[in-house]
Amino acid sequence: MADHFYTLFDFLVYTKGAAYILMGATLLGILGFWLFLTGRDEEKEIH
Amino acid sequence: MATENSAGSKSLFTPFNVVAAIILLVGVALTFLRFTKGLGAVTHLSDNNPWGIWIGFDLLCGVALAAGGYTTSAACYVFGLKRYHSAVRPAILTAFLGYSLVVVALLYDVGRPWRLPYPFFVQSGTTSVLFEVGLCVMLYLNTLFVEWLPACFEWLGFQKPRDFIVKITLALTILGVILSTMHQSSLGALYLLAPSKLHPLWYSMYLPVFFFVSSIAAGLSMVIFEGTLSHHYLHDRMDAAYKREHDDVVLGFAKGAAMVLALYFMIKVIGIGIDNKWNYLLSGYGAWFLVELLGFVALPAFLYAIAVREKNLKLAKWTAVLTVLGIILNRFNTSLVAFNWQLAPADRYFPSWMEIAISVYLITLGLLVFRFVATRMPIFHEDPRYRQHVPHEGEEEAGPEFTEHKLHRHPQTFGH
Repeated sequence: MADHFYTLFDFLVYTKGAAYILMGATLLGILGFWLFLTGRDEEKEIH
Repeated sequence: MATENSAGSKSLFTPFNVVAAIILLVGVALTFLRFTKGLGAVTHLSDNNPWGIWIGFDLLCGVALAAGGYTTSAACYVFGLKRYHSAVRPAILTAFLGYSLVVVALLYDVGRPWRLPYPFFVQSGTTSVLFEVGLCVMLYLNTLFVEWLPACFEWLGFQKPRDFIVKITLALTILGVILSTMHQSSLGALYLLAPSKLHPLWYSMYLPVFFFVSSIAAGLSMVIFEGTLSHHYLHDRMDAAYKREHDDVVLGFAKGAAMVLALYFMIKVIGIGIDNKWNYLLSGYGAWFLVELLGFVALPAFLYAIAVREKNLKLAKWTAVLTVLGIILNRFNTSLVAFNWQLAPADRYFPSWMEIAISVYLITLGLLVFRFVATRMPIFHEDPRYRQHVPHEGEEEAGPEFTEHKLHRHPQTFGH
């Protein structure tokens, strides 16, 4: 099947798909990082 | 540094002063050479590499590391985090000196320095990114100058003009944030003009975003770094409020920097993904890119988070150093290492010792001016006549070592 070729549209679909997945991972990752970062803040307030 | 100054009677021949004097002498000689014999006499710049370390280090790093001015004043006056108030003046002074030195460095770098004001008066060039950078830097330098003036006026005893500037602090801060947002990002946008010269891993349509976001982390880390050095060398110039708030500033800014670095890491990865440049990561440049991204972005973000969780001031301070080095590395990579990456090694740029010496000379000049100002003007302490802090219950008016500036406190307060 040598007649298969990739178009710019294919490229954009592929990269935008990757970007959307990364953005979702970013949202979750930042949320997790924030929870890690502030995990002990409450302890400070109790004292 | 401060000991000999405050004592007044001690010798001027301290190791710091002697080294600074030697650097200044060499710098003056090289300055004479630069302005009499031209750029070719002191630099390795060429048509292939017209921008060297005076742009890559003095300008790009100088502007990024001076971002502490707008981040600190925005935190205090725009976001209302008054507990960071004591960090504002040192940050403003650092930023003002940083931007001043950026302009001085430009005078060395521009072939015909007397034409530096041309973009503003001879032609507008409004479609040029460089014009926008120049205009913003010029306006922001003036803004920083005005923001710094209250400390100068308090020192000189000019109360009325000082009170007027304090009243417009919020407006100045907003103007500073707007101008910084514009030119910090535009410095990255400059490199959008060279897609064929900059390595694909560093080239991205999001370069302006990368430069702006990383400048916030640089500014926050620089405030921690500068505060730590000042705490060590200018301790006797600090009042009780500054000393009390210092730890809070370090941990608070560490928390902010951790989040910004985490976000910066994520958008850098998205930048790779959206241009589908994963394959470059397997090359030598890819390894170097990963060193920058993992070692100087992800690692400091994690270390900052640990420092904040454990309330570990020492770790936060060392992480600030790592972050500052990371920002310098990123600007070096963008402007020098990954720039003209396809050229033969013989055509690549490496700075001459004289270029490096002039950069060191300018940094030394900045340090000396900082010391001169900080040991005389109310930068790390508040003049009791213009006290803005509401004293805490049982708080001393000044620290035990802070005896030279114990003036009678007036009951009225000014400003915020």
